[in-house]
Amino acid sequence: MRFDQKLIADMIPDRSRVLDVGSGDGTLIDHLFHEKGCDAQGIEIDMRSVTRSVAHGLPVMQGDADHDLADYPANRFDYVVLQRTLQAVEKPREVLNQLLRIGRYAIVSFPNFGHWRLRWQLLRTGRMPMTPVWNTPWYMTPNIHPCTIYDFIALCEAENYKVEKWLAVREDGCAAPFSRSLALANLFGEQALFLLRKA
Amino acid sequence: MDHQIYTVTEGLALQCGQTLAPLDIAYRTYGTLSSRRDNAILICHALTGDQYVAETHPVTGKPGWWERMVGPGLPIDTDRFFVICSNVLGGCMGTTGPLSLCPETGKPWGRDFPSITMQDITEVQLKLVDHLGIKRLFAVIGGSMGGMQVLSWAALHPERVFAAMPIATSAYQSAQNIAFNEVSRQAIFADPDWHDGQYKAFGTIPARGLGVARMMAHITYLSEKALTRKFGRRIREGTDARQPEGMPLLFKGMFEVESYLRHQGSSFVQRFDANSYLTISRAMDYFDLAADYNDDLSEAFPHSPIRFCVVSFSSDWLFPTSQSRSLVRALNRAGANVSFVEIETDRGHDAFLLEEPDFDRTIRGFLKGAADHAGLQGGKNQDERQKGAVRHAV
Repeated sequence: MRFDQKLIADMIPDRSRVLDVGSGDGTLIDHLFHEKGCDAQGIEIDMRSVTRSVAHGLPVMQGDADHDLADYPANRFDYVVLQRTLQAVEKPREVLNQLLRIGRYAIVSFPNFGHWRLRWQLLRTGRMPMTPVWNTPWYMTPNIHPCTIYDFIALCEAENYKVEKWLAVREDGCAAPFSRSLALANLFGEQALFLLRKA
Repeated sequence: MDHQIYTVTEGLALQCGQTLAPLDIAYRTYGTLSSRRDNAILICHALTGDQYVAETHPVTGKPGWWERMVGPGLPIDTDRFFVICSNVLGGCMGTTGPLSLCPETGKPWGRDFPSITMQDITEVQLKLVDHLGIKRLFAVIGGSMGGMQVLSWAALHPERVFAAMPIATSAYQSAQNIAFNEVSRQAIFADPDWHDGQYKAFGTIPARGLGVARMMAHITYLSEKALTRKFGRRIREGTDARQPEGMPLLFKGMFEVESYLRHQGSSFVQRFDANSYLTISRAMDYFDLAADYNDDLSEAFPHSPIRFCVVSFSSDWLFPTSQSRSLVRALNRAGANVSFVEIETDRGHDAFLLEEPDFDRTIRGFLKGAADHAGLQGGKNQDERQKGAVRHAV
């Protein structure tokens, strides 16, 4: 399990009802079921990953964040997780809205476009930055809605979501040490991890 | 021929208002029922299937229709699960149907057999499950029309089912599928040997009509790609020069695909009764689960405790993925626990009966996951299970 998935798992109390949107190979829901007794399900866009997850005994359905969240009843889950996906959805604001409609809490992680290496590359070369995190050229990237940690916090304020907890995370998933200063996090955090609830 | 039969003396009141009594239910079981009676899987067969899932068919001598899926160590593992399959109501392999004697006339029902529904079919299975002393089925699994029965079970008796696998199916019979069924029926009616359904009395069977019905239906089970791959435009060897008797020159030579379909048609009439075909295909046509719930399918499964696994096949145009997806959406609206997989294949609707490794893995994995959640004893320690197991009296 990636270290940031461990951080996510730590935010979720035992026996919660969890939906993991973009569940990938199902590592997180598998962990939540076996270690925490959670009722955890997944949605995954890639059919091969879905088949592999279901073949592993995990409840996963093929679908995506933009189209399939609207079906769930309100407060169906305690926690809804969206890992490293927000920047790739069609309508991030609508997706966030759905996460907090169907779940009491939302756990959202995304790559931070405010990281200094991106800022420096854009400033120095005048070209779209390419880093290990942002590693596809602009004309091919699925990441159509990049944002910075500041941007995300501004959206949460506008939408009236309460940030219960936030963490800056390095690309390898380890929690970065500058967790007390947003300005530092926005400059040095490669990934951001937020725990939200409706205010 | 002798089938294994449970007779319900008091019979069953059908949705149409008629009562069928006594009622015979022909069934087969595989594996051993656990002492807690919690490891039973009901398999629901499709339109022309029967209860001989995993053993040589007594009429055709061919392997059971899902022998590659059901058995010791197979995805539906009979070392672990107790598998039940019964011939559907209206069928022709021992369960009460048009071939059975009508108590009033003492003659076979024939075309006067009452009109039945998917719900009636399910209620008959429930009688058998009660008889076997099973309070809750671990799983109900079925493809095509079998999937419709799975959905009926889930809607009508959610407390009797732990996990449900509707495969290559839909919550309603589409207009296109009704249309195909109608052509099948008209082919039977047009056969001079049909005798208005009283063919038994005339000592005939409407073999040509039923054969054509099967040929057409069989096309809908495949896909253009599968047909091309299997037969292409090949002419059957030895038929090119010889002119089939009575055929105009235009039809000299027979395409492989024609020969295949004729074979499908003629072998089918050996084992299937035309009135059964009409009765069951009509029950499929009537199936529209949402219609009983204010046209909102999710209302058929309110707060369903069942774990669902919906499976579709990418090249299935009889029960396309879009219909499975709308079922999944309804289940999500109902707050159910749903897995959903579309298996990539070019073999059409029939794929659920064929070798598809991803499908096998899906069934095996889903059942394993569900068994974990149900707290079923593991499949590995068989000795311990068998100590407490009751061999079912048959």
